[in-house]
Parts: sequence; structure tokens; C-alpha cells
Amino acid sequence: MEEKDIQNELSSIRSLMERSSKFISLSGLTGILAGVYALAGSAAAYFMLYGSSTGSEVNISLLVGIAVVVMLAALITALILTKSKAKKSGQPIWDRTSRTLLFQLATPLVIGGFFILILLSRGYYDIVAPVSLIFYGLALISASSFTYSDVRYLGIAEILAGLIAACLPTYGLLFWAIGFGVLHVIYGSVVYLKYGK
Amino acid sequence: MKVPFEKLDKAFENRLRLQIMSILVVNDRYDFNSLKELLDVTDGNLASHLKGLEKEEYIMVHKSFLGRKPNTNYEATTKGKQAFKLHLDALEQLIKQQKGK
Repeated sequence: MEEKDIQNELSSIRSLMERSSKFISLSGLTGILAGVYALAGSAAAYFMLYGSSTGSEVNISLLVGIAVVVMLAALITALILTKSKAKKSGQPIWDRTSRTLLFQLATPLVIGGFFILILLSRGYYDIVAPVSLIFYGLALISASSFTYSDVRYLGIAEILAGLIAACLPTYGLLFWAIGFGVLHVIYGSVVYLKYGK
Repeated sequence: MKVPFEKLDKAFENRLRLQIMSILVVNDRYDFNSLKELLDVTDGNLASHLKGLEKEEYIMVHKSFLGRKPNTNYEATTKGKQAFKLHLDALEQLIKQQKGK
């Protein structure tokens, strides 16, 4: 066996270990765009809450509507960009690793989603922003073993933002903007620079 | 001087077997179709090498049904993981030795 053969063998092993257990078709651009949507959504919510001179009561269903639109826009963007990246790199978009990744991500998200609905129905509005940040952070940490490990740091940062937000009840919107907006933009840019588009 | 060629595991002489093993050491279980997709090989080829690894007791087979479709999962045994590690160590030594020449 030549040295070159052995090197080839080893690099093929390394690549299989990674490809079989990690989904690496996530793009940094998704993070940046998701962050931008969240910032726009936060701005809209801010003007709705504090911009109107009437100062009438807060329309919760409209706020939830904004959050849902932001989430949908981010999801659709992620789907389109991931699909095109997977196509380029030749990795299937719906395989074992992406299914595992999605399951790990969805479990805390669905639980968190129901929890938030319960909070909303019981009128605990000011705790919703921190709770959404914390559950999102947990989802990212649980998914991080199946994609770039950088996702773990984003998850930790989201949880920290959520915990701080929980201590400062009136700043929920600000921390929501930081957590879902600023942190996503930073994370997206890091991934973009590190692994390319 | 000891020749580390002897330390290379005969069971891993075939490249596909080594590749299968490298997937199974990082994943608890892996199913037949996902293996096939990832390695880009034919059913028969994959099945025969899986059988070979099973004979060496390097992997365990779990058969079950998903609805009506059979779903076969494979898992690396402790013996298999050990053998894989020794094989990689031997490859590493070979490289070192050839560099020393």
C-alpha cells in the first residue's frame, strides 16, 4: 500500500464519518436573512406598541401575527437556500441526517410553542419573549450535534438572552430583537465567512 | 523491525467494509437504505459486505418492520469498534514508517 492510498483511505473515512452524522447544507445567508426579518418584525411591533399616540391597549393577536409572519418568512428562506445549497454540494436534502436534525430541533420548539400558547391564553404576556428565546436556544443546542458545532454557541447565546430578558420584564421586545435579530445576523455572518455561502 | 502490515485487519481489506464501519462507529444505528444512498453502491454489493462484517461479529443486525416495509438497521459491536480503531492505528503507523524512509 502506498502512502497516497492510505491518505486517500483515511480522508474517505473522515468524510463519511462527517457526512453520515452531520447535515452541513445550512447556509450562513439564511441566518443573516432570518435576523433581518426578525429586526423588521421587532421594529413593526415597536411602532405598534409605542408609536401610536392613542396609547390604547396592546393588540396581542396582532403582535402574535407579526411573530408568525417573521417565523414563516425565515422558514421559507431557510428551505429555499438549504435546497439550493444541498443541490450544489450533492448532499440529499431529505436523508437520515436532515431528518434527525429536524427532529432534534422540533422537539423543544413544539413543546415551547405549546407552552407559549398556554402563557398567552393565561395572560402572561411579558414572559413570552424570554420563554421563546430559551426554548429556541434549547432547540439549537439539541440540534447542534447534527450540524456545524457553531450552532451550539448560538443556542447558548439565545438562552442567556432569554434569561436576562426574564429578569427585565419591560425589555421583552428589545431582547427578542437582540436574540432573534442581532444574534442571527452575527451567527450567519460567522458561518458565511467560515464555510462560504 | 516489525512490519505493521500484519496489524491491518483482513476484514477491512475491502474498502467498502471499512467505509461501512466508519459510518457505524459514529452513528448508533444506520439503516440499509441510508447506507446504500450514502455509499452509492448496489443492494447486492452492500448486502454481501454487511454479511461479511456480521460474520466477523463486527456488526449487529436489527430487523424490524415500518408498516409493511422491512427496515434493517445495523449497529457496530464493541469488538467491531475495537477492530476499527486498531486498523486505523495500523494505517497511521504505516504512514509514519513510510515517511521515515
